Amino acid sequence: MRHFFFIVVLFVSFTNVQAQDMTALVTKVKAKLDQVNDYEAEGNMKTDVSFIKAPIGKVKVYFKKPNKFRLKKEGGISLLPKGGVSVNISTIITTSDFVALAAGEAVIDGFKTKIVKLLPTNEASEIVITTLYIDEPNLLVRKAITTTKENGTYEMQMSYGAYANYGLPQKVVFSFNTKDYKLPKGITLEFDDNEKPLSEAQKLKNKKGRVEITYSNYIVNKGIADSFFK
Amino acid sequence: MWTLIQIELYKIFRRPRTYIAFIAVAALITIIQFGLKVDGKSYADFLMKDIGGTMEIDGNIINGYLICYIMLQLLLVHVPLLVALIAADMISGEANMGTLRLLISKPFSRTELLLAKFFASTVYTLLLLIWLAILALFLSMWIFGTGDMFLMKSSYVVLLSENDVFWRYAGAFVFAALAMVTVAALGFFLSIFAENSIGPIVATMSVIVFFTILSTLNIPIFNALKPYLFTTHMISWKEFFDIQVNDANEAIVGSIQNPQKIVNSALVLVLHIIGFVGGSIWIFNKKDVLS
Amino acid sequence: MMQQIVQVKGLTKQFKNLTAVNNLSFSVNEGDVYGFLGQNGAGKSTSIRMMLTLIEPTSGQIELFGMDLARHRREILRNVGAVIEKPDVYKYLSAYENLELFARLSGIKPTKKLLMDQLEMVGLANRANDRVKTFSQGMKQRLGIGIALVHNPQLIVLDEPTNGLDPQGIADIRNLILHLSRDLKKTIVVSSHLLSEIEQVATRVLIIDKGQKLVEGNAAELFDPAQTIVELQTMDNAFALEQLKASPWSSYLQAQRNTAILLKLNRTEIPSLHTDLAAMQIQLLSLQPRHSLEDYFLQITSGNQHVDTYTN
Repeated sequence: MRHFFFIVVLFVSFTNVQAQDMTALVTKVKAKLDQVNDYEAEGNMKTDVSFIKAPIGKVKVYFKKPNKFRLKKEGGISLLPKGGVSVNISTIITTSDFVALAAGEAVIDGFKTKIVKLLPTNEASEIVITTLYIDEPNLLVRKAITTTKENGTYEMQMSYGAYANYGLPQKVVFSFNTKDYKLPKGITLEFDDNEKPLSEAQKLKNKKGRVEITYSNYIVNKGIADSFFK
Repeated sequence: MWTLIQIELYKIFRRPRTYIAFIAVAALITIIQFGLKVDGKSYADFLMKDIGGTMEIDGNIINGYLICYIMLQLLLVHVPLLVALIAADMISGEANMGTLRLLISKPFSRTELLLAKFFASTVYTLLLLIWLAILALFLSMWIFGTGDMFLMKSSYVVLLSENDVFWRYAGAFVFAALAMVTVAALGFFLSIFAENSIGPIVATMSVIVFFTILSTLNIPIFNALKPYLFTTHMISWKEFFDIQVNDANEAIVGSIQNPQKIVNSALVLVLHIIGFVGGSIWIFNKKDVLS
Repeated sequence: MMQQIVQVKGLTKQFKNLTAVNNLSFSVNEGDVYGFLGQNGAGKSTSIRMMLTLIEPTSGQIELFGMDLARHRREILRNVGAVIEKPDVYKYLSAYENLELFARLSGIKPTKKLLMDQLEMVGLANRANDRVKTFSQGMKQRLGIGIALVHNPQLIVLDEPTNGLDPQGIADIRNLILHLSRDLKKTIVVSSHLLSEIEQVATRVLIIDKGQKLVEGNAAELFDPAQTIVELQTMDNAFALEQLKASPWSSYLQAQRNTAILLKLNRTEIPSLHTDLAAMQIQLLSLQPRHSLEDYFLQITSGNQHVDTYTN
């Protein structure tokens, strides 16, 4: 979870006209997101990783500017991709030191989007590059792909509903690469060969993990104490 | 028959030895609980190390449910000793004390005597498991609270929703009871051959340890044997904690990955119990009591 | 006619290479104190265990109370009380608890009074609530007998009841057996390797050796004073024998065994034998009278059966 907060340190630079255009777009998106000082949301989380068997769980998500984030799962335990699920886009665009480059257009979920590549200018940044698919008319990020130094590449796809005005998604699908998982049987004290029961999970063993959160309800700008995030 | 059962139970529960098991279980469990209460954090950190390098666990996994699982995993290796302590003494202990000849000259059949004795050892075994459940499950739930249950298996991890755990424990304890009654039946069977209780107790444990090692070793030549070893089936209680997933890789709440395996293992254990007890009766009925 | 409580026919028990009991037949009548005599290993315990269904006979038949033991085991055993070798009971229970437990196992529902009366009879009432762990051998033996009697059985089987007891303990058991027989009219089978014990209580006696019956008869006959054997040891046995052969005592002469001359006579004739020996100037070293049965038993147990032959 702590990695969440390392994730996005982005820098803005004004070196290029094309880039400036994109910077303006990113800034507009940011401004829209900035309306939200804090929020609390309920949702369902689904974890789809080949070696994880987890049911759909109810989660509560809390956010406060600039980058405080907390995910609470009912029952207490959640399995999240290492290095941070930026379960919300706000944390990605919190700071402003980046280079934004236009990289064409694409259609996501039927929406025309502008592809923007954000390059952090700080070399110490954990993020190598972030690609945003921005729905310009609505000022919504439909998709984001972030490549980190340590934890590989993550993809986020968002769809919006009632809280689109705040730039808050109704559904976030987080995709990432997974590695194999194996513990010696001596540790787990399993005597028999239980390779077979895995077959169902193995069907999905595409080495791509997904975490899906569908939000049902947002409470925006009602104020959350900082101490809550500790 | 009822009189016989009453008397056998009376004898078991009047002996100090009987309570050793209950005290041992209580001591082991409370020590583990104390350790986890005081220093659970580092144990949790150890367990919560990144799984597979790509995922991390958020939340407190050290709750009553996981602790009970850990303890069951540990204790179900030791509880057979405590079961053997009584079950393997049922006949041999009487032979050793010299009371067997008096018992047998009383007006009931040897079959009745053995059934009553086996029933009494079963009651003891079940009480021991209930005691284990009270301490390992309910006390842990009370001390550490409940929550989702996170389990690491050898090639995958399982996350069970908080409200999807308790019934699994009910099933697991019932299954564990069956496994322990199998141990009792083995000890009981061996106890008819000896005139002191140490022999059958040690023999029972040796069989279990030996079979468990064979069950654990992943050597191809032994793998063929595994399905025939009852120790392999004794740990099938763990199957209650494995969940099915649907095509979307969502765990289906309330499901068990491999219910057939539980049923098969249970059948194997029941057959062992019938075999051991039936064998005891058959042999004991033909045995000359010379003790 | 008196009821036959025990009837054993052709009883044989083969343990691998050893024939512990070989074609043994005997019967015990109602009211008998039936003495079962034999050396250790003669087959007494094996026979008794077969009578109590602890050991299955290889062949032969056992009837108790006129019923076949194998077929009517439950009914029969309800009416039998036994102490088999050492009187072992549950050491972690008190005398009272042991008695209660075995009473229930014998098929009765004992009252507190019954149990206390029973303990009173065997002299343990004041130790009723003490754990048996703390009891002496004699007390355990008495408790064992109490357990054998608690369900008021018709037949009481006592296997070596005096083993390991001190003289007082032995006397206590003897008195108890006499009490059971005379006052309570029980039929008792009691085994021992000591003739002296059996002699004092038994009404009938069976002697077995190597699993086979040697003698069975009424104690009154077997211990008949007319059947007394006198063993003489003199300064000069050859002279003494010569003198005796020439005297009216010659018909009483039995045999000569190593250093002794044996005569068979009535016990009442001993004083006149004494006088005559003196008159014949036989210098007497010792004169030991014993029952012919005792003499016989001694020979069996010492293993030289060939010297004298006694026929029943």
